[in-house]
Amino acid sequence: MTRWFLKLIISSMINGMKAVAKAGILCCAIALGSGFGVAQARAEPLSVREVAAGIFVHVGLHERADESNHGDIANLGFVVGDEAVAVIDTGNSPAIGRGLREAIRARTDLPIRYVINTHMHPDHVFGNAAFVEDRPVFVAHSNYRGALMARADGYQRRLEEDLGAEATAAAVMVPPGLTVETSGEVDLGGRVLDLKAWPTAHTNNDLTVFDRRTRTLLAGDLVFMERIPTVDGSALGWLRIMPELAAVEADRVVPGHGPAVAEWPQALDGERRYLTSLVGDIRAMQKEGGTIDRASREAAASERGAWRLFDDENPRNAVTAFAELEWE
Amino acid sequence: MYMLARRLTAVAAVLLLSGGVAFAQSSSDSSDKGDQERWDTVRNIYFPDRVIEDGSAFITLDAPYRAQDAALVPITVTAKVPADADWSIKTLNLVIDANPVPMAGKFRVFDEQQQKALSLSTRVRVNEYTLIHAVAETSDGRLLSTERYVKAAGGCSAPAMKDPQQAMARIGKMKLNLGQPVTLGQAVTAQVLISHPNHSGMQFDQISRTYVPPYFVRSIKVSYDGHPVLAVDTDISLSEDPSLHFSFTPKTAGALSVEMVDSKDQTYSASWPVTPQPAS
Repeated sequence: MTRWFLKLIISSMINGMKAVAKAGILCCAIALGSGFGVAQARAEPLSVREVAAGIFVHVGLHERADESNHGDIANLGFVVGDEAVAVIDTGNSPAIGRGLREAIRARTDLPIRYVINTHMHPDHVFGNAAFVEDRPVFVAHSNYRGALMARADGYQRRLEEDLGAEATAAAVMVPPGLTVETSGEVDLGGRVLDLKAWPTAHTNNDLTVFDRRTRTLLAGDLVFMERIPTVDGSALGWLRIMPELAAVEADRVVPGHGPAVAEWPQALDGERRYLTSLVGDIRAMQKEGGTIDRASREAAASERGAWRLFDDENPRNAVTAFAELEWE
Repeated sequence: MYMLARRLTAVAAVLLLSGGVAFAQSSSDSSDKGDQERWDTVRNIYFPDRVIEDGSAFITLDAPYRAQDAALVPITVTAKVPADADWSIKTLNLVIDANPVPMAGKFRVFDEQQQKALSLSTRVRVNEYTLIHAVAETSDGRLLSTERYVKAAGGCSAPAMKDPQQAMARIGKMKLNLGQPVTLGQAVTAQVLISHPNHSGMQFDQISRTYVPPYFVRSIKVSYDGHPVLAVDTDISLSEDPSLHFSFTPKTAGALSVEMVDSKDQTYSASWPVTPQPAS
């Protein structure tokens, strides 16, 4: 039986650049060993749009990940400083990651110094492998590694089911070399990105990136637009951080799903309304002794027309929120 | 093989048989020959040499055909014994054929109204596409069964929903949700929620490269006014923070009491006073 092709690179001491560099080399070796052609194939550059000076965004599709879209479903970005580049999220597969890398290389030869993952979901991290050869520092929330590793088997299996074994053979899960517990920053040469780690909301490891130069917030999946938000952390927690999130003094936001760029903080209006409706409906049902089954069918029904993929994700959100709210 | 060996130590021995058959069947769209063969294996483990009759005329098993969350699959069993029958239901066995430990719960029913008109709900982990069976044991010693196919996978190995500190801080806490109104001599539905991580032993921690040790609720006893209502023997298949819906018939004012024992032999209990209104 073939195991999950799971190539986990875990070194016991992850902190510091040295360990990252070492892990990087190891990743590379293993990825090459099993799929040289796949890992090295040149990819078409992803289409990207410059949403503010030096900030480029690729817009993901509002579809489920499958073989025809290669899992191209999340917004991905990169920021070009005076000396280096930072990548923010890498896509659902090494192929998407390579496309993003080509898009960067079509615009600058500066080194890719940082790869920042806004949270552990596959559509944001499984392209990391494409950047291992650049030996960047991988950056994430301090809960990221635990959250990813706890789900690694399931993610790998789903990736193979959705995208096929060949497309995912080179996917490696790269441990972060820099973790953020509350806040931090990275410097791209004359251009500082502020990093903020949030309490449990969309997931338990949401990280946002703020570019001081253009006052642009790269929010990851703390901001969903158009595509229905998924609750994999805490619906209540998400609502709780909303005021602090909205108070970020940004001129614009790059959502994790939705358009390349949107007005801030109006971009939060849709998901705040959705989450409020989800929580409100479930509380009301629980008050009348309603079941989790009913919640999965009826909660947040008034939001159906407002979101893409509503019926794919809303029932699951309702189940998650129901279990959370029972212990409120 | 190392991983497989570790996995086997974490769960009961029955999984060898059922798990082996299960793997080949995981992609089938609905119940097929393999599912029936697996059921034959499982029923011989739990009910050796017993005849199991088709009980679908009396028992209904409700579960989503395609579960939203494989670690939290709601299951409801209702049973109606014909009014003129001279038998009733003593025990309800809930069997998730393809789970590593297929017996999810053995529910002994003491409430006389429930023995004639049973209604039980809980939430379970479903590890792969499987038939689920509700097998009732009757007062005259027969086994009646009904089945349902459920598409869900990965429920036993899914990571905990809560973070570990929160789970430990809340362990053993219980909540009661009681239907209204509560009337003397009339069945009322109650939900008991028990905070417990209910680790299945199959949740793998990639950082420590070990499985989270199994740690789960073993038994739940519900009584009212000192009389037993329901006693549940259970295993790794109940979801995190087990939930139990059942009915009971208050004949006087009293306390609804719940005692839970987990796999570390820790006992937790809770009690709520109930004041039923006289029937009008």
